[in-house]
Amino acid sequence: MTDILAELETRRDAARLGGGQRRIDSQHAKGKLTARERIDLLLDEGSFEEYDMFVTHRCTDFGMENQKPAGDGVVTGWGTVNGRMVYVFSQDFTVFGGSLSETHAQKICKIMDMAMQNGAPVIGLNDSGGARIQEGVASLAGYAEVFQRNIMASGVVPQISVIMGPCAGGAVYSPAMTDFIFMVKDSSYMFVTGPDVVKTVTNEQVTAEELGGASTHTKKSSVADGAFENDVEALAEVRRLVDFLPLNNREKPPVRPFFDEPGRVENSLDTLVPENANTPYDMKELIIKVADEGDFYEIQEDYAKNIITGFIRLEGQTVGVVANQPMVLAGCLDIDSSRKAARFVRFCDAFEIPILTYVDVPGFLPGTSQEYGGVIKHGAKLLFAYGEATVPKVTVITRKAYGGAYDVMASKHLRGDVNYAWPTAEIAVMGAKGATEIIHRADLGDADKIAQHTKDYEDRFANPFVAAERGFIDEVIMPHSTRRRVARAFAALRNKKLSNPWKKHDNIPL
Amino acid sequence: MFEKILIANRGEIACRVIKTARKMGIKTVAVYSDADKQALHVQMADEAIHIGPPPANQSYIVIDKIMEAIKTSGAQAVHPGYGFLSENAKFAEALEAAGVAFIGPPKGAIEAMGDKITSKKIAQDAKVSTVPGYMGLIEDADEAVKISNEIGYPVMIKASAGGGGKGMRIAWNDEEAREGFQSSKNEAANSFGDDRIFIEKFVTQPRHIEIQVLCDAHGNGIYLGERECSIQRRNQKVVEEAPSPFLDPETRKAMGEQSVALAKAVGYASAGTVEFIVDGDKNFYFLEMNTRLQVEHPVTELITGVDLVEQMIRVANGEPLTITQDDVTLTGWAIENRLYAEDPYRNFLPSIGRLTRYRPPAETAAYAPGVAAGAAGDTVVRNDTGVYEGGEISMYYDPMIAKLCTWGPTREAAIEAMRVALDSFEVEGIGHNLPFVSAVMDHPKFISGDMTTAFIAEEYPEGFEGVTLGADDLHRVAAACAAMHRVAEIRRTRVSGTMDNHERRVGTDWNVAIQGESFDVVIDADHEGSTVSFADGSSLRVAGDWTPGDQLAEMTVDGSPLVLKVGKISGGFRIRTRGADLKVHVRSPRQAELARLMPEKLPPDTSKMLLCPMPGLIVKVNVEVGDEVQEGQALCTVEAMKMENILRAEKKGVVSKINAAAGDSLAVDDVILEFE
Repeated sequence: MTDILAELETRRDAARLGGGQRRIDSQHAKGKLTARERIDLLLDEGSFEEYDMFVTHRCTDFGMENQKPAGDGVVTGWGTVNGRMVYVFSQDFTVFGGSLSETHAQKICKIMDMAMQNGAPVIGLNDSGGARIQEGVASLAGYAEVFQRNIMASGVVPQISVIMGPCAGGAVYSPAMTDFIFMVKDSSYMFVTGPDVVKTVTNEQVTAEELGGASTHTKKSSVADGAFENDVEALAEVRRLVDFLPLNNREKPPVRPFFDEPGRVENSLDTLVPENANTPYDMKELIIKVADEGDFYEIQEDYAKNIITGFIRLEGQTVGVVANQPMVLAGCLDIDSSRKAARFVRFCDAFEIPILTYVDVPGFLPGTSQEYGGVIKHGAKLLFAYGEATVPKVTVITRKAYGGAYDVMASKHLRGDVNYAWPTAEIAVMGAKGATEIIHRADLGDADKIAQHTKDYEDRFANPFVAAERGFIDEVIMPHSTRRRVARAFAALRNKKLSNPWKKHDNIPL
Repeated sequence: MFEKILIANRGEIACRVIKTARKMGIKTVAVYSDADKQALHVQMADEAIHIGPPPANQSYIVIDKIMEAIKTSGAQAVHPGYGFLSENAKFAEALEAAGVAFIGPPKGAIEAMGDKITSKKIAQDAKVSTVPGYMGLIEDADEAVKISNEIGYPVMIKASAGGGGKGMRIAWNDEEAREGFQSSKNEAANSFGDDRIFIEKFVTQPRHIEIQVLCDAHGNGIYLGERECSIQRRNQKVVEEAPSPFLDPETRKAMGEQSVALAKAVGYASAGTVEFIVDGDKNFYFLEMNTRLQVEHPVTELITGVDLVEQMIRVANGEPLTITQDDVTLTGWAIENRLYAEDPYRNFLPSIGRLTRYRPPAETAAYAPGVAAGAAGDTVVRNDTGVYEGGEISMYYDPMIAKLCTWGPTREAAIEAMRVALDSFEVEGIGHNLPFVSAVMDHPKFISGDMTTAFIAEEYPEGFEGVTLGADDLHRVAAACAAMHRVAEIRRTRVSGTMDNHERRVGTDWNVAIQGESFDVVIDADHEGSTVSFADGSSLRVAGDWTPGDQLAEMTVDGSPLVLKVGKISGGFRIRTRGADLKVHVRSPRQAELARLMPEKLPPDTSKMLLCPMPGLIVKVNVEVGDEVQEGQALCTVEAMKMENILRAEKKGVVSKINAAAGDSLAVDDVILEFE
C-alpha cells in the first residue's frame, strides 16, 4: 500500500519538474519564473488545486511518442486570490517551449468550462512558443476550441491574460478576446507574424521587442492594458486587479472594509480647475482624491492618455472611472480615446460595475486623419457603450462639456442616473469664440462687437446653470464635496434595476 | 493704537503680520498681484487690494501702487515684511509724506545701514568690532595688493554694492589679490553699475551669528539674544537656531551691547538685526545691519516669548518699550528649517506648480508669538506659512513656502522635535527640500553644533543624493513596514465573495526588502500592536493606528516615535522618512524567494538622451533625425508656466530619434530626443 502511495508522490515530483532542471534554470536565466512558480505568486499560498497533472499528449509523429512529460506543457486548476476563487492555466515553457497541443488545449478548455459553470474568473499565464508543430491541425483545432470558450465566457466571467513570454501567431487571439491583457517588460512579446516573416513579406527590419513588446502594445497598439517590470510585480498587480472584479456577471462587484470617510472633504479640489479655461490640470488628482484611500487601478495608462480609465472603490465597492484628461490634447475625444473608453465602459456594464464619469471635454479632435480613420464610427462606440449601459452611472462635469462630446460623456440623455456639475462647468454647444463667430457672422468684421458678443455668450452659457435649468444637470455641487456627493449617489443607486429590450445582441459599430 | 494697517508683502510674512495684528485688534489690508488672487494672505486679511501683474517690479515693489492701496483702504500704518520695500528709504519717505506710519525704522537708519562701506564706518565709530580691512575706495590692483599685505592674507575683496556672492573674491597671495581685484571690479560694474571695491580680512571657520535688537523712538534699546544662521546654501539661509550652540554669555553680551550701541548710533526705532561673522576663536566682526524684521525672527520669539511684530507695531505707534534688558531671558532652544520649493535632487532647481498635498505638522495650539514656549508645551511646533493645499507655487516670487520651527528645553529636544515634525510634513506636487533639511538634522556636525557657513558646501560637495538610513533606523522602518503590510493584507482577505471555510490566512513570516537589504521577520500581533522579530534575534515593538491608505504613518517603535510618509508603488510601499526615499517590498518567504530570481534592471542610460526638465508643452523641435548638433545648439523649446525654455545640446552628437512633436505635453524626465 505504501508503495502505491509513494508512486503518486514520485509521479507528482516528476510532473512538477516539468521539462527538467536544466530548462528551469534556463527559464530563470531569462529572468522568467516557471509555470508553477507563477501560480505560487498568483494564488493564495497553498490554495492551488491542480487538475490534469498527468495528462500527456497523444502525438506519435516525429518521435514524439518517446517524450511524454506529465502535464503536457500547461499547469491548470483553481485556487483563491485573497480567498476568492479563480481558475488558472499557466503555460510551461520548459515543456516543448510551452507549445499548444491538442491535450494542452483540452486542459485549458476543461478549466474554462468549469469557470463558466461555477462562476469564477479565468486567468491565463501565457508563455508559449505557439502551436505544437508536430501535431499539425490537431494543435490548430485546440486553439480554436480555446477561442470558442473565450468567446462564450466573454461577459460571463472576467478573463485576464498575462503574457509572460512569447505569444505569437494564432496564439495571440485567445488573449485578444479576454478582458485584460498584461505584459511583462523585456521578456514578453505578442504578434501575429514575427520579425522574420515581416522581413520576408514587407522587407521591414524590426526586432521582436519593437514589433510586439510591452512598450509597443501598451503605447501604440493598445493591445495590452498594462505592463510590469517582472513576473513578481505582474502577478502581484493581477491579484490587485482581481480584488476589484466580481467573480462573474451574476454577482455584484466585491466590497471590502475601507478606511476612508465617505464624507471626506477635499478643499483643494476647489482650486483644481484653473482660472484660465485653456490651462490644463491633472484630472488624476480628482480621481485619486475622490477614491477610497486614494487607490486607483489604471487600465491602459499609456495609451490614448486624453482619456483615463480604471477602477477605484467608493465605500469599499468597485467603481469604474472614465475621465477626460485636460493635460493631453485638451482632453478631447478622438478615435483612440473613444475606443479605449468604450471597451472599458462595456466591461463595467457586463460585470455590474457602476461607472463614474468625469467630464472636461472640448469636443472631438478635428482633422483629416481622424475623419479618414473613421472617428464617426469609433466615436459612436463610446456613445453606444454609455447608452446601452444599465449599471449605475454618475457623472461630474468639472469644466468643459461641449457639443456632441457632451452628449457622449454619460450625459443625462444617455440615461445618466445622477449628473452633477461643478460651478466651473461650461455646458454648451461649443466654446464662446466659435459660437459667436457663427451666430453673429454679420458682425465678424467688427472686433469690438464680436468681443461683446463673446462676452455675452460666456456670461449666458459658460456655466452649468443653463443645463441645470433644464434638468440636464441634477445638481451643481461644490468641488470639495465631490467625494461625499458621488458616494451618496452610488449608494442611492445600489438597487437600480434597468434592462434593455430583448435582443440577440446589439450591433455596436465595431 | 492704529485701527488698520496695510501689509506691503505677501506669503508667509504677510500672514505672520496679520496674525499679530488680529491679536491686537487691528484690521488688516493685504495687497496682491494677479498671481496671488487666491493666496493665503489675501484670504486672511480683512480686506485685499489688487496691485497689478505678477512680477514684483510691477506690483509689490511699485511704491505708487502701494501708496494708492493705502489711500483706498485708509490704512494708518504699513508693515513691509522683509524683502520688497522693507529697506527702501524712498518708500519710508513716501509714507512720511503721506502721514502714514512705517512699521520699521526711520528712513535715516535705513539709509545709513543700506551701504556696506557707510555702515561699516558708522559701526567703527560706535565701537562695534569690524573686520580688519581698508574702508576707502581702492584705485588699482597695486593698491589692492599693498592693502592686502597690510591686512594680512587671506583677504576678501568685495564690491561695495555687492550681495549674493557677486563681486566677491578670496585671495591668499599677491597674485590672487591682483586678479581678484580686477574681476570683482568688472563684475560689480556689470551687476550693480557700481564698481567700488573694498578689501577686508577673510575670516576662517566663519559662523554667521546675528543679534536681534529692538529699539523705540524714545532712546531705549535692547537685544534679544542671537540667532545662529551658519547653515546656508549660496548665502541663502536654510537652517537657523537660537541661541547659538557656539556663544558663551560673555560673547553674547558683548555682541548684544555693541549691536544696541550701533542701533542707537543711527537712531534706530524698530526691530532690527545686526549680523556678525564669528571666527573659530569667538572673535566677532560686524557684517551688516538688516533694518527690518528678519525671516528667521520666529526662533528669537520662541526663546524670548516676545512677539516682535507686536513690538514693531507698538514702536511705530510711538509707544516706549515695556521690556528692559533685564526682562530678556533666553529659555530653551529653537530651530527653524526653511522649506523651499527647490528640488534637492536636481541641484535645488526651483520647482513650481500646484501643491496637490500640503499638510504641515500640527502646530502647538497653546503657542503663539508672545507666549513663553515653555508654558505652551514640553516641545513646541510652529509653522509660518503662506500657502495651502491646492494652492500654487508661482515662479514669480521667493521659493520659500514655510518656516518650520520647533522649540525644546534643550537643543537635543528641539532637534528631535524637528525631526519628527519634518517627517510629518506632507508636501506633494512640487519638488522641495524637506529631505535635505531632514538630512541636516541627522548630520553629526549639526548635532554637535560644530558648523561654519561652509557646512553645506563642504558636507554636500556633490549636491544632495538622498539619505541612506543607518542600521537602527533601517530596522525600525522595516519593522513598521512589515506590520503595516500585514494589516493591509488582512484587510484584503475581508473582501466579499470569499469561499466559506477556505479563506486566505495571512501568515506571520515575512521578508522585508529595503535599501538593498533583506530582513526575514516574524510578526506577532496583538490588539496593542505588533512585535516584529528579526532573524538575528532582536525584536522591535511597533504600535500605531495606521490603516491602509493613510499617507502618514505615525507609529512608535520600541516607544520612540517613527513617522513615515507612505506611498504606493507596484507591489510595495514608497517610504519617506528622515530624508530617505525608499522602495520597500514586504513579501511572504515564498514571494521573496522568487523575487530574488528576478533580474535587476538597470535604469536606461540617459546620457544620450534629452530629457524634459519640467512638465511642459513642446512648442517646437528644432532638429530632425540624422542632424548633427553642436554643443549649445537649440534642440527644442518647452513651454512651462508660460515661459519658453530652450533646451540646448550639452555636447556634440547626432540625433537618432525624436520622441516628441510640437504640441505634446510631457512630464518631467520624458525622453524628447535620443542621440547616437
